[in-house]
Amino acid sequence: MELSEYVLELKGITKIFPGVKALDHVSFQLKPGEIHALMGENGAGKSTFIKVITGVHKAEEGEMYLDGQKVDFKGPKDAQKAGIAAIYQHVTAYPHLSVTENIFMGHEIKKRGIIQWKEMNDLADSYLQELNADFKSTAEMGALSVAQQQMVEIAKAISMKARIIIMDEPTAALTKNESEQLYKITEKLRDDGASIIFISHRFEDMYRLATRVTVFRDSQYIGSYDVNGITNADLIKAMVGREISDMYPKPEVKIGEEVFRVEKLTRMGYFKDVSFNVRKGEILGLTGLVGAGRTETVQTIYGVEHYDSGKMYLNGQEITVKNPSDALRQGIGLLPEDRQHQGLILDWGIGRNITLTEIASLGKNGMTDEKSERAKAKELAERVDTKAVTIFDKASSLSGGNQQKIVVAKILASDLKVIILDEPTKGVDVGAKAEIYEIMGELAKQGYAIIMISSEMPEILGMSDRIVVMCEGKVTGELKRGEAAQEEILKFAMARSPKAAKN
Amino acid sequence: MATKSGRTIIADQPFSWKTFFLKWEWLLVILFLGINVMNASLSEYYLSGAGLFNATNSFLEKAFVALPMAYILVLGDIDISVGSTACLSAVMLAYFYNLGVPMGLCIIICLLTGTICGAINGLILTKFTELAPMIVTLGTQILYRGIAEAMLGDEARGGLSSVKWFSNLYWGKIGIVPIMLICFIVCAVIFGFVLHKTFFGRRLYAIGANKLAAEYAGIKVQKIRMIVFTLTGTFAAVTAIFLAARMGSTRADIATGYELEAIAMAVLGGFSTDGGKGKFPGLILAIFIVGMLRYGLGLVNMASQFMLVVIGALLIITVMLPNIKSMFKVKKKA
Repeated sequence: MELSEYVLELKGITKIFPGVKALDHVSFQLKPGEIHALMGENGAGKSTFIKVITGVHKAEEGEMYLDGQKVDFKGPKDAQKAGIAAIYQHVTAYPHLSVTENIFMGHEIKKRGIIQWKEMNDLADSYLQELNADFKSTAEMGALSVAQQQMVEIAKAISMKARIIIMDEPTAALTKNESEQLYKITEKLRDDGASIIFISHRFEDMYRLATRVTVFRDSQYIGSYDVNGITNADLIKAMVGREISDMYPKPEVKIGEEVFRVEKLTRMGYFKDVSFNVRKGEILGLTGLVGAGRTETVQTIYGVEHYDSGKMYLNGQEITVKNPSDALRQGIGLLPEDRQHQGLILDWGIGRNITLTEIASLGKNGMTDEKSERAKAKELAERVDTKAVTIFDKASSLSGGNQQKIVVAKILASDLKVIILDEPTKGVDVGAKAEIYEIMGELAKQGYAIIMISSEMPEILGMSDRIVVMCEGKVTGELKRGEAAQEEILKFAMARSPKAAKN
Repeated sequence: MATKSGRTIIADQPFSWKTFFLKWEWLLVILFLGINVMNASLSEYYLSGAGLFNATNSFLEKAFVALPMAYILVLGDIDISVGSTACLSAVMLAYFYNLGVPMGLCIIICLLTGTICGAINGLILTKFTELAPMIVTLGTQILYRGIAEAMLGDEARGGLSSVKWFSNLYWGKIGIVPIMLICFIVCAVIFGFVLHKTFFGRRLYAIGANKLAAEYAGIKVQKIRMIVFTLTGTFAAVTAIFLAARMGSTRADIATGYELEAIAMAVLGGFSTDGGKGKFPGLILAIFIVGMLRYGLGLVNMASQFMLVVIGALLIITVMLPNIKSMFKVKKKA
């Protein structure tokens, strides 16, 4: 038998879920010892593809070869035995168990049925040392940061002697320094002989690590390219299927009078003396590093959390907000950061999700009115251009970007004056991103006052009329559109106090 | 209106015969008919109007507490203190009656007792939201039963049947229709209507399906939980009233196991303990399935201990059926 050029090869993989073709004759080739980037919009089929490789899903059609040998995985165990390990974006660990237990879960070292703790701990420590980790094998998993937990997952892959390691958006929740460390670890794994599939939305990840990149779009294989000699524009075109000429379609809107203002809003331990205002038709960008207290601030404004002192004014009148119901009634809406847990009921149809906050105003005398609910849901789902067939499609069946559009539609159902968007494009693919920006621009035109939290610098610079920067629970700076540059914002975002930044 | 990209989204519920016939309720209908055929073959009087009504009277007092229990399950909560609450409420009723308090007032005391018991559950669970309802209501289950035992010890408080109108609540009939059945139908219709046709009902489902998203959608989650737990206590007291009317006396060991029977009825009816699921017609069918089965087994003089074996087995097999079905589906594909 001839030796294959590829360590892993998939041909014509088709996977069908009820009603959807999640993968449509997809091919993929992984060379030994390479880092191969896999890119595509959310819903392009990357996750399903990974699950086929790791034996979680069984493909209806197609073949898979390991070192040129045809394989047929019956389940995840078979894939593990063959040396395939996956590290998922949301770490699937046991938070209450120790690092050692997490690493060896399912393949503990046993002698006559008794677990050898000492041996396992020592081995785990040696892996961690190899990865330059700054924690011990006896640490509790839940007490570690996301980056550290990922390291544990990588150690687990090493402990299973994985030859093919799949990383699913590992940098999504990491800071720049943590990402850099992950790059180094990934390169070390490759140098030790592993072949790596690296999934990411970030172009910089790909340029930094990968030698080749494969693009999926709409459940189909689009192509594989050498990273040397490909441009962002080429890639976006391959991923989206069209050119996005203007990513940030910020319309010129005449900004009116002040709609909403917070004064010296304080929640002990989270943020202190936060003051800012937002005007009619204005998009106010609220930025800062992760942990700066931005999300906590808007959650307090929306009434999910309480505040200790400070005042809020709506159209010049002081208001109090004790819970989200108060906020909505007075015209303040929030698109929460975590759409799957806070924004949507995944098990419900998109129609019911959209009208949930407004069932009372759509019905009367305490009774729901299905007919006007459906009409409203249809109108709003179409207004945000959702890719769905009926309003009864389950929210869980949509891609990340379309789910986010449903949450936007849900906010539009209410009669609001202030719309707060917390990381509106987090985990949303390029195409849907552009659509969400367009909707934001339209909302500003219609006279809503918009507060947008974002960690993405281009988004903040591209969409905001004014930018408020927070650091460690305090507002450290405010910049106008045009005068704001990335360096300026970063200086404020890392300033310990407002004074330091001004000097 | 269509979307910008020219797509229209359908707003009419697609109808398919397949989903219509795959509804859980059909299984319950078949079970219900089967049990009635069995009963009819055991007793020639069963299918006469009076016979059927007598049959319903043998179990319906418990069914009152199954109504709010369905709400509790929709919320994703559980309440295993209702048996003790019913007992304590009945004990209070008889206790005060024997002190010479008029029966009308005793009934109010009984309802208040149940309501307070439910409110205590609700208060603890909504003020300390991280506590598990199973544990809290296990605690109050023991507590409420303990109070009842402290009040009566081994004794019984009786003489309730000397108040004719009171015992008629259970034994009385309008024509051939028992008063209790009429009360139950009225309550069931109201509970079903509220669950399926009002904001309140929709919010219950939202909380059960995703508590956090419900809160972000402006639903006052803890307030609603408080209302439902309190309501459950009140209906445990309603059960207590009919039970006291039936027996004419109370002891500290009555209504034992009612919580489990109420939960069993709700689960059989399609209400999942995970929350957010279940429809009222299923619950009503399940109540009558369990009740009529018990009655039928009584007709053949089956010992009550063995009856539990049959009912338990029925519950397990029925809730397993959908899983068995999907198991076969997977096998076929592989």
